[in-house]
Amino acid sequence: MVILAGVALFLIVQGMPAIVANWQSNPELNDGFTSAFDSFWAYVGPLLFGTLWSAAIALVLGAPIGIGIALFISHYAPRRLAGLLGYVVDLLAAVPSVVFGLWGIIVIRPFLLPLSDWLNTYLGWIPIFGGQVTTTGSTILAGAVVLAVMILPIITSISREIFLQTPRLHEEAALALGATRWEMVRLAVFPYAKSGIVSATLLGLGRALGETMAIAMIISPAVIVSFLVVTEGQNSQTIAANIALNFPIASTLQRQALIGTGLLLFVVSLAVNMIARYIVTRGSSKTGSKKKRRPRPLVVPTGDATSTLTRDLVADKNTAAGPEGASA
Amino acid sequence: MSKRIEVKDLNVYYSDFLAVEGVSITIEPRTVTAFIGPSGCGKSTFLRTLNRMHEVIPGAHVKGEVIIDGNDLYAPGVDPVMVRRQVGMVFQRANPFPTMSIRDNVLAGLKLNNKRLSKSEGDDMVEKGLRGANLWNEVKDRLNLPGGGLSGGQQQRLCIARAITVSPDVLLMDEPCSALDPISTLAIEDLIKELKEEYTVVIVTHNMQQASRVSDRTAFFNIAGTGKPGKLIEYDDTTTIFSNPTVKDTEDYVSGRFG
Ligand SMILES: Nc1ncnc2c1ncn2[C@@H]1O[C@H](COP(=O)(O)OP(=O)(O)O)[C@@H](O)[C@H]1O
Ligand SMILES: [Mg+2]
Repeated sequence: MVILAGVALFLIVQGMPAIVANWQSNPELNDGFTSAFDSFWAYVGPLLFGTLWSAAIALVLGAPIGIGIALFISHYAPRRLAGLLGYVVDLLAAVPSVVFGLWGIIVIRPFLLPLSDWLNTYLGWIPIFGGQVTTTGSTILAGAVVLAVMILPIITSISREIFLQTPRLHEEAALALGATRWEMVRLAVFPYAKSGIVSATLLGLGRALGETMAIAMIISPAVIVSFLVVTEGQNSQTIAANIALNFPIASTLQRQALIGTGLLLFVVSLAVNMIARYIVTRGSSKTGSKKKRRPRPLVVPTGDATSTLTRDLVADKNTAAGPEGASA
Repeated sequence: MSKRIEVKDLNVYYSDFLAVEGVSITIEPRTVTAFIGPSGCGKSTFLRTLNRMHEVIPGAHVKGEVIIDGNDLYAPGVDPVMVRRQVGMVFQRANPFPTMSIRDNVLAGLKLNNKRLSKSEGDDMVEKGLRGANLWNEVKDRLNLPGGGLSGGQQQRLCIARAITVSPDVLLMDEPCSALDPISTLAIEDLIKELKEEYTVVIVTHNMQQASRVSDRTAFFNIAGTGKPGKLIEYDDTTTIFSNPTVKDTEDYVSGRFG
């Protein structure tokens, strides 16, 4: 909590001068990467959009897969395979994001080129797949795919924990009615795990929002609001990647502007995490009161959620303060 | 439709551990059969083999035959899912789907089985099931509230309604009253006596009075010691088991002279 407040204070103190500055007349801000913007909000708006947009795509791609893997581990795979798979997914969490970034550049970009072409040619009438199709692969799609892989471990491990906690009682109730395994999952597992799935997804979102390297290394960005996913140069930049990219070349006030954007990211990310936590606690107290006869395990292992929260906060701090390191 | 169950020389294993050995028993249609015996003698284990629910536990398997209406449940190619639609089960702890409405709980099995039900068909099935479980009058005004909000006894009757709504041939009950108060217990005992008009009912119970009140036939299971397999010791008309058993252990058990 103290660290949290400290970080917030740091961001506010450092960011405020740029937030309140006059972006039209200030010579420092009229130079370089901030010159095109009339105010802090005009600058941060598209960045915030890009952050949310890339995270949203990552979530759309990553959450179903993460939940699917979790379900496979908890209810389908034979025990040994389940253990192995769980281990592998957890290991993904240990891969440094720079490595993911490199993997994205070298593997995912070329890999997605044919798909991008195909989407653009045949589904180009859907606005997000339109525009001038990429030749290098540095698209927000590629960035989001890498982001999706990066958020898999969180979503998978939390969902798996919750799936495993489904009361045997209810699983057997479904099976005894003649449910197939999938029907049992729908009758017993999903209703039980609903709030947990939502919060796992939100924690994944929190991670995706703050992620820097994947986006910074892969996409060729612009500070614009663009929904296009298979172009280059028309990809919405994210807050975190923008800070990493521009911090080394920024003047004092520009740095403060970047810190201001970091403040916004911090607020959004914190809000997402808090909503996730709120849903978890509400979910567990609700089920707890309804079925008071039975010992009720917490919906989400608190340890997990806490450590995830901490990790996210640390990631945010790095985003805000870390580029100092990047410039060194 | 009520069906005959014939079990031939059945062994049940948990991995290598032989939990139940050499059970042969014939259960007639339209009867209530009670399984009694000390804890750990394999009553639940054996009961679950009658609808292959033991297979839910990793490593559990059987040797032998269970024949219902001429078909061996364990013949190759028999789908346990289909077996369980034919042989319903009610558990020791009431387990309605807690977030699902009372109505949806009753219809849960039907919705798995088939087709979509029209609203009015659904209403009819819900009423029939709940009446069949003697629960209709208590819940008819709150069918859309979650099943988890009922009292323990009501939840158990909801589970019975859910089980009979798929029209099984056989209904298995594993200590269905052990978590209930005496009044709910009586309600369920009455219900069991009605259920045998339509179903073959098998009930595991710890309560000797209950066995003598509700059942036509009683099977006594026993175990020689911990780690030994449970066996069927004696199986006869309930009145015979309680008044004039042939085996000494049975007599000791039903008269309460048992460790
Ligand atoms: N899931 C299980 N895994 C391994 N052994 C079990 C399991 N369930 C029951 N057993 C063993 O099988 C034997 C019979 O148990 P059970 O059928 O529950 O007895 P009862 O219902 O008559 O009290 C006991 O020795 C018990 O320890
Ligand atoms: Mg038992």
